[in-house]
Amino acid sequence: MSSTQAAEVHVHRDDVGSRMGMWLFLFTELVLFGGMFILYSVYRFTYADDFHIAAKELNTVVGAFNTAILLTSSLTMVLSIIAIQRNQKSLSLLMQGLTILLGLFFMVNKYFEWTEKFHHGIYPGSEELLAKNSGEILFFGLYYMMTGLHGIHVLVGMILIAIMAVATKRDLINHSNYVRLENIGLYWHLVDIIWIFLFPLFYLIT
Amino acid sequence: MEKHEHTSEHSHGYSIYILVWLALLSLTAITVAVAGIDIGRFTVATALLIASLKTFLVLNIFMHLKSESKTFRVFVGVAIFFLAISFILLFADYSFQ
Repeated sequence: MSSTQAAEVHVHRDDVGSRMGMWLFLFTELVLFGGMFILYSVYRFTYADDFHIAAKELNTVVGAFNTAILLTSSLTMVLSIIAIQRNQKSLSLLMQGLTILLGLFFMVNKYFEWTEKFHHGIYPGSEELLAKNSGEILFFGLYYMMTGLHGIHVLVGMILIAIMAVATKRDLINHSNYVRLENIGLYWHLVDIIWIFLFPLFYLIT
Repeated sequence: MEKHEHTSEHSHGYSIYILVWLALLSLTAITVAVAGIDIGRFTVATALLIASLKTFLVLNIFMHLKSESKTFRVFVGVAIFFLAISFILLFADYSFQ
């Protein structure tokens, strides 16, 4: 490997270090969401019955559909990286575009889901919600907080991928220098992992 | 001095990612199906087990942890370990109050 690279111009770059920095950031995200999952588990333990009643309000089909969308977006994300490694620029751009589009689908679903809840009078601090059992109030508080924060992460991810797409178009990201795209990919996959846990914990309480 | 190493250089074809994606979708379907069956207290355990399996796939294949150096895997292991400790200690205290 090094013999071919000796001919190259000396570049100050540390891709491994760059990725490690990204992983360290992801650990802080793990703590951020982890804290909320701990809160969730304690309240679910305490108010098991209320959580069961409250979870019936959530639409499992929409939740499962959104899970599939996000998993697919993870696939297109990783394919965009493999494509750029193989110097297939337009394929990589296509995959990045698809990832943003799938992220958008996810957010649109979330929008309809939330609006429907609002119409039924279920939103933080609403009279209807406050009339319910305390466990149900906690369930919806956690639901809005955790899926909301997750939604913000999806939005941020979409913006970051859009920036990467522009950089790819301008050849700033290319087959020999794509660590930035890899890092955004790592972030996107983490957001996917968080949803992998959010989905069964909120939508699949039988 | 610094040579940029692309660890993902030994990348597989596109097919492995498609396979993992299909596995992830199947696991999601299984999770939904299992939630419909009443298996009492094992429901949460099954859901978490499947979610962990999916996470394992995403970490190793999509996030290329498998082809990263050992340091990365140790880092991630330590991070997950400490999160697990927070849960275990909390419930060790909470459930026996």
